[in-house]
Amino acid sequence: MLFRIYRFDPEKDAKPYMKDYQIELQATDRMLLDALIRIKAIDDSLSLRRSCREGVCGSDAMNINGKNGLACVTRLADLQSPVVLRPLPGLPVIRDLVVDMSQFFKQYHSVMPYMVNNDPPPDTERLQSPQDRSELDGLYECILCACCSTSCPSFWWNPDKFVGPAGLLQAYRFLADSRDQATSQRLDDLEDPYRLFRCHSIMNCVDVCPKGLNPTKAIGKIKDMLVKRMV
Amino acid sequence: MVARIITGAHYGLKDWLVQRITALVMAVYVLLFAGTVLVCSPASFVEWQALFAPQWMRLASLLFFLSLFWHAWIGMRDILMDYIKPTALRLGLQVVVILLLVAYAAWAIQILWSN
Repeated sequence: MLFRIYRFDPEKDAKPYMKDYQIELQATDRMLLDALIRIKAIDDSLSLRRSCREGVCGSDAMNINGKNGLACVTRLADLQSPVVLRPLPGLPVIRDLVVDMSQFFKQYHSVMPYMVNNDPPPDTERLQSPQDRSELDGLYECILCACCSTSCPSFWWNPDKFVGPAGLLQAYRFLADSRDQATSQRLDDLEDPYRLFRCHSIMNCVDVCPKGLNPTKAIGKIKDMLVKRMV
Repeated sequence: MVARIITGAHYGLKDWLVQRITALVMAVYVLLFAGTVLVCSPASFVEWQALFAPQWMRLASLLFFLSLFWHAWIGMRDILMDYIKPTALRLGLQVVVILLLVAYAAWAIQILWSN
């Protein structure tokens, strides 16, 4: 199978280039990450992030044949040759497929991704009804791989001001939490032409999410809450 | 001025809501207008003029045009916010868009009530 991989080492290369690798796959090579590990055995100068190799850590997000995804959960059988691999779009490249995620995490941190509850903590957990708990389904599963935010044109144009789909999904995860007490403060922070309203619901985020989550729906619910508060 | 990332203008919700409401107004008008044209099938200038003679038709058309211009303002502002980075240039272009749309609105009124 032929792989065409984006290569760039800022210490050696004047500019990025694409490098071809022709490799023989073994019967045990099922996912793209298996092939990448085989390529790395041939050319150890290739840099990429990976850890859990089962779609839980979110490290090996990359642009695969034009669409963001996780190498470890992308089946080789579903890919067309040549497989073109590029780093996630819109973020500064550190080397090869490794990008600088600082901007992405900065936006994530900006939405207060933690529960705010000023009541004295009870002896056991802060309990929720099963109904309240089910509100968090489809939100808490996010692994922060950045596939969604880096496929969003609004995030490309304003990564410093627009929170992006991943951050907004997390923002709603805490807005939807019955135990959180900072709803008003969170909505105040999001009611902004850049932070929230750069989203024009084009749903690239939904298209690429390797966990099958729906940031557009979560963003819609934030807008619903804002309307409810105003009208 | 300090080079700092500034957000927190605390607007956007009303514009987002207005964009949806104006879209709805335009959709309803287009359907009604298409239906009216199909039923009356005006063939000459005089018949077209007669179609726009009733006051309700002029008012409905005015609501359509006002919705269109308000909708266009929000859309144009979004485009300028995405692509025009220098603040002075963006503000200048936004003012040009507003002035143009206000002029269009006045022109639309003049055309609708011209005879």
